[in-house]
Amino acid sequence: MTDTLTPVLTDNWADERSWTLAAYEAQGGYAALRKALAMEPGDIIQAVKDSGLRGRGGAGFPTGLKWGFIPQDNPKPKYLVVNADESEPGTCKDIPLMMASPHTLIEGVIISSFAIRGNHAFIYIRGEVLHVIRRMQAAVSEAYAAGHLGKNIHGSGYDLDVVVHAGAGAYICGEETALLEGLEGRRGQPRLRPPFPAVAGLYACPTVINNVESIASVPSIIEHGADWFSSMGTERSKGYGIFSLSGHVANPGQYEAPLGITLRELIDLAGGMREGHELKFWTPGGSSTPLLTAEHLDVPLDFESVGGSKQIQPGEPGYWPGAETATPPKSMLGTRALQLFDETTCVVRATLRWTEFYKHESCGKCTPCREGSWWLVQTLANLEKGKGSEADLELLLDQCDNILGRSFCALGDGATSPVTSSIEFFRDEYLAHLEHGGCPFDPAASTLHAPPVGVEA
Amino acid sequence: MTAELQKTDLVTLTIDGVTVSVPKGTLVIRAAEQIGVEIPRFCDHPLLAPVGACRQCLVEVALPGPDGSMRQMQGPPGRMKPQASCTLTCSEGMEVRTQVSSEGADKAQQGVMEFLLVNHPLDCPVCDKGGECPLQNQAMSHGRGESRFSEGGGIKRTYPKPININAQVLLDRERCVLCARCTRFSEEIAGDPFIALIERGALQQVGIYEKEPFESYFSGNTIQICPVGALTSAEYRFRSRPFDLVSTPAVAEHDACGSAIRVDHRRGKVMRRLSGNDPEVNEEWITDKDRFAFHYAQAEDRLRHPLVRDEETGNLRPASWPEAFAVAARGIRSAKAKAVLTGGRLIAEDAYAYSKFARVALNTNDVDFRARPYGAEEAAFLAAEVVLHGPGGDGVVTYDALEGASTVVLAGLDPEEEAGAIFLRLRKAARTGTKVVAIAPYTTRGFLKLDAHLVSTVPGEEAAALSALGMEPDIALDANSVVLVGERLGMSAGALAAAKALADGAGARFAWVPRRAGDRGAIETGCLPNLLPGGRPVSDAAARVDAATSWGVGSLPDRPGRSTDEIIALLGDSELDNSTGEEIGALVIAGVDLNDLADPAAARAAIARAPFVVSLELCETEVTRAADVVFPVAAVSDKPGMFVNWEGRPRPFDAVFTNPNSLPDLRILAGIAEELGTPLGFRTVAEARADMMSLGPWDGDRETPKKAARTAKAKPLRKGQWTLATWKQMLDNGSLQVGDLHLKGTARAAVARVNESAHEALGSPAAVTIVGDRGSMTLPVEVADLPDDVVWVPANSVGNGVLADLASPQSGVSVKGAKL
Repeated sequence: MTDTLTPVLTDNWADERSWTLAAYEAQGGYAALRKALAMEPGDIIQAVKDSGLRGRGGAGFPTGLKWGFIPQDNPKPKYLVVNADESEPGTCKDIPLMMASPHTLIEGVIISSFAIRGNHAFIYIRGEVLHVIRRMQAAVSEAYAAGHLGKNIHGSGYDLDVVVHAGAGAYICGEETALLEGLEGRRGQPRLRPPFPAVAGLYACPTVINNVESIASVPSIIEHGADWFSSMGTERSKGYGIFSLSGHVANPGQYEAPLGITLRELIDLAGGMREGHELKFWTPGGSSTPLLTAEHLDVPLDFESVGGSKQIQPGEPGYWPGAETATPPKSMLGTRALQLFDETTCVVRATLRWTEFYKHESCGKCTPCREGSWWLVQTLANLEKGKGSEADLELLLDQCDNILGRSFCALGDGATSPVTSSIEFFRDEYLAHLEHGGCPFDPAASTLHAPPVGVEA
Repeated sequence: MTAELQKTDLVTLTIDGVTVSVPKGTLVIRAAEQIGVEIPRFCDHPLLAPVGACRQCLVEVALPGPDGSMRQMQGPPGRMKPQASCTLTCSEGMEVRTQVSSEGADKAQQGVMEFLLVNHPLDCPVCDKGGECPLQNQAMSHGRGESRFSEGGGIKRTYPKPININAQVLLDRERCVLCARCTRFSEEIAGDPFIALIERGALQQVGIYEKEPFESYFSGNTIQICPVGALTSAEYRFRSRPFDLVSTPAVAEHDACGSAIRVDHRRGKVMRRLSGNDPEVNEEWITDKDRFAFHYAQAEDRLRHPLVRDEETGNLRPASWPEAFAVAARGIRSAKAKAVLTGGRLIAEDAYAYSKFARVALNTNDVDFRARPYGAEEAAFLAAEVVLHGPGGDGVVTYDALEGASTVVLAGLDPEEEAGAIFLRLRKAARTGTKVVAIAPYTTRGFLKLDAHLVSTVPGEEAAALSALGMEPDIALDANSVVLVGERLGMSAGALAAAKALADGAGARFAWVPRRAGDRGAIETGCLPNLLPGGRPVSDAAARVDAATSWGVGSLPDRPGRSTDEIIALLGDSELDNSTGEEIGALVIAGVDLNDLADPAAARAAIARAPFVVSLELCETEVTRAADVVFPVAAVSDKPGMFVNWEGRPRPFDAVFTNPNSLPDLRILAGIAEELGTPLGFRTVAEARADMMSLGPWDGDRETPKKAARTAKAKPLRKGQWTLATWKQMLDNGSLQVGDLHLKGTARAAVARVNESAHEALGSPAAVTIVGDRGSMTLPVEVADLPDDVVWVPANSVGNGVLADLASPQSGVSVKGAKL
């Protein structure tokens, strides 16, 4: 079973003081950097293109293609910005990576900056995770001291400065243009596009913005080659990725595996669901991705299959066991933040909590997200208390219809995902609240400290 | 070639099935306007950068694919994704379907409208905006009748209301739809970003930085562009309903910009003033002074009827119009020499009447509009280089020319304080690459916002600075540059000529900007000792004959007239052996504030000793109290008329009110002239304008510009003396701002400014006491980048102003530290 896993980024996490430069270099760290510095920058971009690496921050945009958008004839400086504002509910891959092996990211930053011919890189870390910020700062200092950063890196003539920037704590700053606003010292609100960051990003200069995991994957591509990377994963979703399992699973944590692995396999790796319970619903990539149910356990976790919008019959491309009878997943791979919920969980309650999050985090710039999330919460809160009527479900769906695709950025879209998908799969549970005059679930039963099945509290 | 150029610059698209061609770069929302489709919107404003925040203007869009087939913009795939038409530029072959033809677009708009109303209070019945509210109107046209939010027992967010953004602007946060028009205006247009959006989500709100109040001369524009009742003015709040108001277009009387305004009035009273929309002049913006300063016309001390001095009691007593005309005529007839001072606030027709009255009825050229200090060279310069220049003429400076200029040199002019519309247009220009160079003693806030390059200049040394600028390689002027000088420059020896020479040397354009609305009209109509109406030089016999012929009089006086200061010196002065040996025995004086004159005390004494004074005024003043006959005149809202703005552009307007008791100056002058047996030939504004038009502009030689005087250095000051730099702030103690208390609350504090080393040398005091030959003033002191030994004070923000209370023009002052 263990051969399913492909530890690359997570390979050294269990090492003694894995976050230090010494430990990182001891297991071969910064070898890819030396190799990269001897390459032509354009060849690095080509290698990343060839590897098929797609953005690990959720949207899955091909990383090499993004780098290729940087106009090299633009005389302005070029910047690399690492999006380390990991804030999506359920997502916990970048923060553990930066804690356990910050030098993997730094090595990736140097190679990527070299490739786009930038001399300045920024790592924007969400402000709440002070311990991670400190660890990254310490690692950057180590890298400077070792000559990996600064002027004339290892005699290559290449200069790079890295700034670790602490955000002020806003989910919206994970949106790349809002992040740039925040980095420039303004309120984090998304910018109008065009111009796109590749043309006019940070300080109106050409800018590449990538997720931590995307950049951290670059050294392995340089070290082992694009073919090695693309040998993993599926046809259009190449390589490996960190799958973060959380919730009602025996051993939650980060599991690094090729894209295309199924949740069934991952749950097995994680020791199964909480003892005596079974999977009820799950998110494939954080709360912004429409939730799925047990009938989707065998959906390959790659960009295409999770986003499948039609039923697939046996023999058709992309078929997976059970696809012919399951509701098409219609979700998104997102950040592979797999939140698992067993049958003790009230889906209405979970949806309300998520929606409260979006209401709290809506930046306020555009009307649908700002006002829609405000209203969704009120409607959901009433339903959870058993107030309202079945017509309120249609109202919720209509509110979502008026938010999805109407808001300024994807935050508003994400806010509708839990609502629409939970009504799709669990309409009866909503109605049960109305019949019951409140939540029919025992909230304590879903907690970690609930007594095991069969034991009276 | 032009046709070809236009062709390539257009893109053709269809909107609701209608084919329309628009210039490349046009936003879809504007293109839709061209075919008569109004897409609802809130954040969109044609003069602000697109932001796409409110999402109200969503439309369905399809674009031609590579194979020519139309592809609907979608997201997620399979689902039409409506696009914000306020941020989307038109492209070739685009198919737009608005709410008119797309159910999806209509549904999206209705959805956004419903969301906007989620947190909007239902206080329309008591809201100032009710009746003219874009939210109210568009909710009716693009929203649903019933609120699903309220039906479901939804809870709105509430705030205490209202809060003061500044003394004049109030914010009701509950009503705000967060379109950010106000914050974007403040940042993009006015350059005063003292309001910003704070907090997030539905709790986002407009906020102020408490340590920096929203101190802006343009803050009222935020009220006007607010699409809901979130921003209201303390002045107008709860005072009337829009549907009770009558709106009349007018022209602002507070500066020489000629800004288009809209006067909203009810039952003979002005309730509020708004900016008009004139793309060639002030676009859609006006200063707060233009917006809020209008109570002077309703002041308690407005004169209501003529007054004559009773021969027995020596007091002024009410008189009938015929009696007052007769008494005035008798007094004037008995004086040998007569003079006219008009002040700078007249409409052009009134100024024309004074000019003609002086020449025809008083047989004198002793007429001057300048109620301010001026230099000896100014009148000749105005006659040579300013009069008759106007839009349409070659090399004439207009607002558009400023906007398109490569470089604008400012001298003797701080546009933010003295000409608000010029400031805003220059700022627009500066944001798109126009370089601004300021010949001034320090970097004012306005210069800062124009990103101006300061040529630090001690007052009086402008001529040298201007001449040196011509040699400056970094500031190379070209044919697309403009030299813009303020009237203050005329006080600096040789500076006007140097500025003109600078412009001519580079082939650049030149313009002169006065402070008051009537100044330029007074020049055009000949309210100067050396000019007849239409730019006719008094010294030119042919010009005099031309005017006399048109006026049907035998001849016009040929002796050059005396200027304001000379008139005051000669007024009632039988003792002085002056050059003409002639005392001026009668003075006809219009709206002149004596404290504006170069020597207020001398003027006061002259008025007091003058044998006969006829005063035409709005309100009781020290001049009317000293006069022998007083005529009340119509405020600018009571008469039609015309201002000529700094560009030379005529700005005609109609009367706001019909008030038979309120007579324009020209009607009164006509009455006196008729009594004198020398009728002016008109009694109404329309007749005066026709008379003026039939005289027309002079097509003969202009007065030749005098040779630039030897760059006379300013008189050297005594050791330890400081040079005084001073000009008026926009909001100060000016008589047209009387009674506007909320407006006054937004005025900039009166402070003195010295440079940093001087401040330290004075012991870093909180205040300074400045002593001049006419008195002293103590003001809080601020540090600015002034030259050594120069102190700046506002000209009319304290007491009776600098000329009355502190120092004579160009005299030195002493400065010492003081406590507040």
